[in-house]
Amino acid sequence: MNEMSTGLRDLRIALVGNPNCGKTALFNTLTGSRQRVANYPGVTVERKEGSFLSPGGRRVRLLDLPGTYSLRARSPDEVVTRDVVLGQQAGVAPPDLLVCVADATNLRLGLRLILELKQAGRPLLVALNMFDIARHRGIEVDVERLSALLGLPVVTTVAVRRGGTEALLAAIDAQAPAAEAEAAWSAPDAAGLRALQREADRILAAVVRVPDRRDAVTRRLDAVLLHPVAGLVILLAVLFLMFQAVFAWAQPAMDLIDGGFQALGAAVGALLPEEGAAGLLRSFLQDGLIAGVGSVLVFLPQILVLFLFILLLEDFGYMARAAFLMDRIMGGAGLHGRAFIPLLSSFACAIPGIMSTRVIDSRRDRLATILVAPLMTCSARIPVYTLIIGAFVPDRPVGEGAWSWVGLQGLVMFGLYAAGILSALGMSFVFKRLLWRGQPTEPFMLELPDYKLPRLRNLGLGLWQRAKAFLRRAGTIILSMMVVIWFLSSVPRPPEGATQPAIEYSFAYSIGQAVEPLLRPIGFNWQIGVALIPGMAAREVAVASLGTVYAVQDAEEDTAQLGQALAGRWSLATALAFFAWYVFAPQCVATLSVIRRETGGQRWMWFSFGYMLALAYLAALATYQGARALGLG
Amino acid sequence: MSFIADTVLAEPFAVLDLGAAPQGFRGRIRGLRAFASGGLPAEELERRLLELGFVEGAEVELLHQGLFGRDPIAIRVDSATIALRRREAAAVLVEPI
Ligand SMILES: Nc1nc2c(ncn2[C@@H]2O[C@H](COP(=O)(O)OP(=O)(O)O)[C@@H](O)[C@H]2O)c(=O)[nH]1
Ligand SMILES: [Mg+2]
Repeated sequence: MNEMSTGLRDLRIALVGNPNCGKTALFNTLTGSRQRVANYPGVTVERKEGSFLSPGGRRVRLLDLPGTYSLRARSPDEVVTRDVVLGQQAGVAPPDLLVCVADATNLRLGLRLILELKQAGRPLLVALNMFDIARHRGIEVDVERLSALLGLPVVTTVAVRRGGTEALLAAIDAQAPAAEAEAAWSAPDAAGLRALQREADRILAAVVRVPDRRDAVTRRLDAVLLHPVAGLVILLAVLFLMFQAVFAWAQPAMDLIDGGFQALGAAVGALLPEEGAAGLLRSFLQDGLIAGVGSVLVFLPQILVLFLFILLLEDFGYMARAAFLMDRIMGGAGLHGRAFIPLLSSFACAIPGIMSTRVIDSRRDRLATILVAPLMTCSARIPVYTLIIGAFVPDRPVGEGAWSWVGLQGLVMFGLYAAGILSALGMSFVFKRLLWRGQPTEPFMLELPDYKLPRLRNLGLGLWQRAKAFLRRAGTIILSMMVVIWFLSSVPRPPEGATQPAIEYSFAYSIGQAVEPLLRPIGFNWQIGVALIPGMAAREVAVASLGTVYAVQDAEEDTAQLGQALAGRWSLATALAFFAWYVFAPQCVATLSVIRRETGGQRWMWFSFGYMLALAYLAALATYQGARALGLG
Repeated sequence: MSFIADTVLAEPFAVLDLGAAPQGFRGRIRGLRAFASGGLPAEELERRLLELGFVEGAEVELLHQGLFGRDPIAIRVDSATIALRRREAAAVLVEPI
């Protein structure tokens, strides 16, 4: 490679390091909002790439790699890190420079990784991150000596502070064009690992002085948060608070969005006549497009509140503690302790949840988690639950006095979440017994990082990415499904002088009629049948579809009054059966396709589809018939 | 038999396995005696423990334990805190300090 081309093209840098050493924080500070999340070709490991201009005027393309303790990759995540580092990842040019991020307050394992990377012969730059915390705790690191002993450039960074990356940027600019060295690396054996760790310890002894070994705040917090009893109680309380917050905090923003779309729909409606071809357009814009998009967008606030909690807990360092506290309980269900985090993410959406199972090394343990993750109550179910709860559960406190702050509606929601959790645990227990008899779960080993104050900027960027993903989804799959359902329920138009409601002439009516005999035993009418079909594309679409079905049926009625419409038309038994159906039904094409990708074939996708459909039908059947027997029909 | 196991056998009384240690236990790692566990061969368990810093000479302290069966446990290994189950911790041989 000649010097001209190196001087002109972008500098490619990858961030490597242990989990929790601050790679993502560093990535966010360096690239700001100029980042893109995509997948590596062929695998679903998240590829976070961003770019920035160095002070020297060089364009730098930065890659945030999954955290690892060693290049000896065991999970798909770690395989990507190894392959990118060694320049063997398909579709990713070998990085010109690896920035090894190491936690200055916990250098031991990071240093071992650096020594291993050094053996691989790639161009390296060491970033001693969290230097602010190290200084605060009185940990002294002789940076020059460290650099000399390692034979590598070393800079200190504070990833969460704007000026905290100056030394790193200067070092990047000073970086000489890397010679194209062949990466030579072979997996170290136990003796090799021991030797590397010994060397790391020797270097540490020479350059680091640690007056106090443990972070005092972490020690004090852990005494409570990891207490065998109090820890579990607090974990439950945190989860409960999370669900109450999803309901209470999001409400004002939801009302605002709802009102906005209604006003927009009314304004458009006033512009166009009701008859003829323009009437069809009016109906499309008002009932199909605006009402459809509005009914999905209105749940953005709830999804953001949920992700806010997950991001906060993750940044704070609590997620690993939750996995610790839950390990035995999860283990009883045949799940790995590490499955807790993917399952908790599945509360937001099963797709990131299933993708984050990549932190589980063993294929069997991963598969068990993937199969049950869709049972966790994802945020797409919230719209449906909210609608039905609003229609059938009175909005009043559970009790008097001490209980007056617990709403009955919130309690029902909590119950639905609990049903999701219990069924996920129950099913994984069954799978472990039936599919993988007698095969043990892999060992649970997890580092518990020191607690950190979550940073606004990281939270903001994380939330923004989640919101973008949701809006993209709402704008593509969900919107197109809304158009399809509007078409099915509005075409053909009723003939002149028709006496029946318009929808009874449409395609939707025929479809609903056709599936009704199958759905009758579980208490569903044809409108529900119509709504369930597009609900396959995304669960929350069912709300908009019900709105469309009922709004088109009674054109006078507003979709906002959908809840009241349902309360008038459904029996309580039907509403309960609908809940039961929604806890289990495999109603999300995107999730199924992620399962196919992550398990490497159709087999497990069809398996999850089949078992969830069977469960949904049986649960709805039992609920409906049971409720009728109790006189709620 | 490896050098480490020999040293361990030479002083059987001072050494116990970390899986049996009570909360608050403090000690120094004398060796690893890995066995096949959780579907992993012995050699793989040993490497995973090494990667998390369980290397001869490192200081350990048992900080926390879970409610059910006092499991899992949180171990301080020098500057890191590692959570693992007692079953696998039994592969780490320690002497009290
Ligand atoms: N005080 C301080 N906190 C940091 C620094 N770097 C990262 N953090 C925090 O450490 C936690 C873990 O960082 P993250 O970037 O998620 O680590 P990753 O797992 O390597 O991507 C987050 O709460 C960050 O805000 C730093 O230099 N100083
Ligand atoms: Mg990260």
